[in-house]
Amino acid sequence: MLKTSDRLPEQASFRTVVDSGDYYIGRLSKGQTLRILDLEGNQAADTLFYNADNPAERYSMTDTLSAQGQIYLTTGSRLMSNEQRVMLEIVADTCGRHDTLGGACATESNTVRYDLEKRCMHACRDSWMLAIGEHPEYGLTKRDIGHNINFFMNVPVTSDGGLSFADGISAPGKYVEMTACMDLIVLLSNCPQLNNPCNGYNPTPVELLVWNN
Amino acid sequence: MISRIEYTTQLPTGGHWSLRMARGTVLRLTDLKGGANAGLLFYNPENLLERYNAPDTLKCQHTFRLTRGHCLYSDMGRIFCSLVQDDCGWHDTVCGNSNARGVAECWGKRDYQHQRNAWYQNGQDAFLVELEKYGLGLADLAANLNLFSKVVADEAGQLQLDASETRPGRQVTLRFEMDTLVLLHACLHPLNTAADYPDAPVQVELGLAEPVSEDDYCRNFRPENQRGFQNNALYHLGR
Repeated sequence: MLKTSDRLPEQASFRTVVDSGDYYIGRLSKGQTLRILDLEGNQAADTLFYNADNPAERYSMTDTLSAQGQIYLTTGSRLMSNEQRVMLEIVADTCGRHDTLGGACATESNTVRYDLEKRCMHACRDSWMLAIGEHPEYGLTKRDIGHNINFFMNVPVTSDGGLSFADGISAPGKYVEMTACMDLIVLLSNCPQLNNPCNGYNPTPVELLVWNN
Repeated sequence: MISRIEYTTQLPTGGHWSLRMARGTVLRLTDLKGGANAGLLFYNPENLLERYNAPDTLKCQHTFRLTRGHCLYSDMGRIFCSLVQDDCGWHDTVCGNSNARGVAECWGKRDYQHQRNAWYQNGQDAFLVELEKYGLGLADLAANLNLFSKVVADEAGQLQLDASETRPGRQVTLRFEMDTLVLLHACLHPLNTAADYPDAPVQVELGLAEPVSEDDYCRNFRPENQRGFQNNALYHLGR
């Protein structure tokens, strides 16, 4: 459901631009609202959330789907943890649909999807590995890497059980906003994939904005 | 496909088990009474951080449903097993497990004191018990397979468990393409809201597979699977 936000960028308590192929890792406190802004359009932001006090509790694709009986994420979606608690709620969305089925690109899955000789092309999971390697203070390891949300990505499921990676429905300036229902760690890879249309074959920056209350 | 079956057993509703399957073996499951759900997860016993990856499995084969021909991939681009035989045509791998609260809301609390082994076990706790046996835990729980369960999505993305085709005797056979730690349970699907707690046992058969031929159906089902088999061959190089 499309819904715009009243929050003003100049009142944000935190702003940062994440280039494609780069990552963001940081805390988001209960009550804070995070906006992910697709600056140039058609980008994919591969995002994971953890309970800051117990990272074994993390965003769960399966619990989010089953709790709501709905594949796509948009305004009103509650992002559930693997302990069936609400981690965040999407409170505004000018894109209309976000994916949580498609997972993240990885160098290993790229060998299967495209070519064994593409194993050295940069991928989201490598960004996450670098993030947790450079930031041991968050206590995350590879075992904590679950199934993520692809903000702005369009992965339609057909009635006969097909799955396609369609052209993005996002555009420059589209955004999605979510309010934290617990203290969180946010781990985000701004997707560097060059082999499919998830980001229009042209990875571009996203901006993150955080408001208190 | 199957050269011989060596062992046959049953999991009652809510039952769970784990075992190591060697490369070249088969696991055949049968929905004995109709309405069963078999939850499965796979790990590499040589490196337990390598696990079944549902999103990679779906996107590399451009499918939401799983059936014969599909391969089930790890997060490292390798194939744990191939779906070599299937009477169902559609298995879910995105809805995860039933959980204690959901089961209690539907059918009542899990209560060994009064129900003994007919207690209302849930899928998440069943997997958690098996995970802990290998030093794993909640953090290692990935999206699992829900064999025998068909979940459809409409255009708006609304999910629905479609039990219209369920019947006793439907089988599905997995052939292992690398050594695999298998966790399985016969707990109900998370979208199952049947009025009465179903009696839905799953028969489990273990056996040996015939060798994988060059014209193997799963290997050639998609070019991605040929590359997946290549990754497995590299993993087994010299062994």
